[in-house]
Amino acid sequence: MTEKQNIQREPLVRLAKRDDLSGAKKWAIRLVAIVLALVVGSLFIAVLGHNPIAVYHDIITGSLGGPSTAKVTVRVAIPLLGAALAIAPAFKMKFWNIGAEGQIMVGGIAATYFALYWYDKLPKPALLIVMAVASILAGGIWGLVPAFCKARWGTNETLFTLMLNYIAIGIEAYLQNGPWKDPSGTGFPIIAMFDQKARLPKVGGVHIGWIIVLALTVGMFIYMKYSKHGYEISVVGESQRTARYAGMNVGKIIMRTMFLSGAIAGLMGFLVVSGADYTLNNGTSGGVGFTAIIVAWLAHLNPFAMVLIAGLLAVLTKGSNTIQTNFKIPASAADVLSAIILFFMLGCEFFINYRMIFRGSKAKVPAGPAPATPAASPDTAEKEADEHE
Amino acid sequence: MQPTNRPVNAVELRDVTKTFGKVVANDHVSLDIRKGEILSLLGENGSGKTTLMNMLAGIYFPDSGQILVDGKEVSIRSPKDSFALHIGMIHQHFKLVDVFSAAENIVLGLKDKGKFDRKAISQQIRDISSKYGFDLDPDKKIYDMAVSEKQTVEIIKVLYRGADILILDEPTAVLTPQETEKLFSVLRNMRADGKSIVIITHKLNEVMAISDRVSVLRKGQFIATVNTSQTSPQQLTDMMVGHAVTLNIDRPEPKDPQDRLEVKGLTCLDGQGVKVLDDVSFAARSGEILGIAGIAGSGQRELCEAIAGLYPVSHGEIIYHNRHDEQAENLVGKSPLAIRNLGISLAFVPEDRLGMGLVGSMGMTGNMMLKSYDKGNGFFTDAKPPRTLAQEIKEKLEVVTPSINTPVRKLSGGNVQKVLVGREIASGPAVLMAAYPVRGLDIHSSYTIYRLLNEQKEKGVAVIYVGEDLDVLLELCDRILVLCGGKVSGIVDGRTITKEEVGFLMTTHKEEGRGHD
Repeated sequence: MTEKQNIQREPLVRLAKRDDLSGAKKWAIRLVAIVLALVVGSLFIAVLGHNPIAVYHDIITGSLGGPSTAKVTVRVAIPLLGAALAIAPAFKMKFWNIGAEGQIMVGGIAATYFALYWYDKLPKPALLIVMAVASILAGGIWGLVPAFCKARWGTNETLFTLMLNYIAIGIEAYLQNGPWKDPSGTGFPIIAMFDQKARLPKVGGVHIGWIIVLALTVGMFIYMKYSKHGYEISVVGESQRTARYAGMNVGKIIMRTMFLSGAIAGLMGFLVVSGADYTLNNGTSGGVGFTAIIVAWLAHLNPFAMVLIAGLLAVLTKGSNTIQTNFKIPASAADVLSAIILFFMLGCEFFINYRMIFRGSKAKVPAGPAPATPAASPDTAEKEADEHE
Repeated sequence: MQPTNRPVNAVELRDVTKTFGKVVANDHVSLDIRKGEILSLLGENGSGKTTLMNMLAGIYFPDSGQILVDGKEVSIRSPKDSFALHIGMIHQHFKLVDVFSAAENIVLGLKDKGKFDRKAISQQIRDISSKYGFDLDPDKKIYDMAVSEKQTVEIIKVLYRGADILILDEPTAVLTPQETEKLFSVLRNMRADGKSIVIITHKLNEVMAISDRVSVLRKGQFIATVNTSQTSPQQLTDMMVGHAVTLNIDRPEPKDPQDRLEVKGLTCLDGQGVKVLDDVSFAARSGEILGIAGIAGSGQRELCEAIAGLYPVSHGEIIYHNRHDEQAENLVGKSPLAIRNLGISLAFVPEDRLGMGLVGSMGMTGNMMLKSYDKGNGFFTDAKPPRTLAQEIKEKLEVVTPSINTPVRKLSGGNVQKVLVGREIASGPAVLMAAYPVRGLDIHSSYTIYRLLNEQKEKGVAVIYVGEDLDVLLELCDRILVLCGGKVSGIVDGRTITKEEVGFLMTTHKEEGRGHD
């Protein structure tokens, strides 16, 4: 037994499941994570040769500093929050809809059709409603197709929804370069700007979409928590066998929920084309469908928490645009900065669920219900963080 | 047992403590395993037997305490360390690759240098088999094997790796009485060869039959170790539960039994087109408990699920007769919802409690509404009646939970089962099917379940009890239906039949065995 020598030692680090932490302690850990992220981020900025304080300052002023910048930030946050709300019921059902990107795009395409070809046929409110309904249906169908195949033939929804993204993007490219190309454009393949009638009205300086997504936030919270549909979604997500045992029609629930998920994402496409961009282009969905997954997860699928997270990400997005111009920092470097913050925020969830026990700390772990040594957790978080960087 | 020289301890555990969150699974447990003995580790479920042994197997690491192997302190961080110390554990749930042969499974994960010599490996396996009296074909694929053969593979796997200390976690749970006897004779051969064997169990008769010494755990604490020859089942029970428990299960006489559920020629096919139920016919009567016995996987699950509308039926009928025999409905082809909408209250306590009967992430309240959430026409659920019901069940059945909103997966096995059985009984069923309702439960909770089933029986419910412990089936059930390979091999009177007879039926197909009613 040559390994005997190694066996003598206790492992360096062990993981133990935590007792449920109180809310305050959870937030304390998250706060520590953000502070650490800022510290690591400032090291990165310093390496680039800038003053970290000045850069952070400009991220804040560049995103929240004045009414005009704040409005842009809100505009960025709207589709992000909406798409996260769209994903939430699907994820709660453990249906991994990573196709919000495509669902947003087809919603935008459907709305654009009416904006381009019906603007002279309908009065403004009717036109906007038609555009909204079209985007909801288009997005809903885009979500329904993989759900139908999953319910019927057990196809893999992750691949299916992912591939549908590229189909949606392809359709947009075809329309932009072909049938919908602006004839008055200067040779560039772009789609014409929408008529005034096809543009969403503004409330408080930002298009009305912010009211819509806030209403959706409340609606989604109630839907998930108190409705029969929400209950069914929770049960299906937990165990399809339990759902069948309870007499639920699992296929129907999957299809209905994915229609809803796609429909909300589709509506976000409408808000982007009609409220922010006033046209359709290949950046209409712009990665929002993917970023929304992070928002939904970080918020633990809680709609109200999504408002905060989406807001934070919007600040980072807008702020990093500002520092690019102010400090001549390349866009990729600004992305690294955002990624550092996301990394720490996602990583800290681990320390909320587990505690680490280091070799030689046996004395700290008495028999019986251990008092979880919460004071130690920020330290361990720090050590872990340093190892990663 | 002839200890070669003075009794030396193969393994010593000193003050070992392991906690999971707030739960203390092992509280300063000290235990020793001697060389060349069979030690029974006895305790109710949740007493920490498996956790303790998992620390020897390298699956868990103790929070505190020492482990000594051959008198030297060791630290077992992984199953690999455990193998290096010649410790091998056979888990309750086998860890085998289905499409591999026995030999391939046995050498899987070994990092021997050189050629993969199938012949030599097969020969070695045959040598081990003949040495201890196993019966195993090294080239047989796992998917072709019966449960007992799979267990043999698991045992040879650890022997092949040179284990001198074997730990078996509830090895007889999946075996017939005959197979159990065979396993025991193999274990005796190993003991004669100087191996140390630990059997984790809660079956007293087996403890008495096989072991040299018995160590008893209760609620994570070590109670005592006694020599088997100097103890009695009654004394062991007292040590296990802490106070005397009557071993008799009530069996009231059925009152006015009438056919409530009539199953005729029921045949079901699995995904591969194999008959999992073959021409099954029986009647479940009101006011009696019909037991269903059989080796695990003889069609019990499919039978229950087919009746509940959860398993596709290819032939046959399931006729439900209501109380005054005014209504006779064929349930075949109807979904659980359709059956419910006919006004038929069919309660079903499935085998897989948290994967089928309950929603683990929800509290008692959320689980109470599982079958009634769609009542009423509104868009929203009404949480009030389920909350009241949850509170009632919590008080009546003494469910130990911090609150009725605590996720049920955080409750202990017995409490989980009380929540499930409580809900099913609350629906005022006409038929109550319970699949392995006491599996994994301690004696105390088991008796609560027996009492609840008897209450239902006396109310005139047709109770179907699928069980694995023959002693319980023989004491609880009025009639026992024995399944073997998806066929009914006999329907017998629970009051007169003997355990051996049931065991015989469990392994004998109707055609080849003796005729039975």
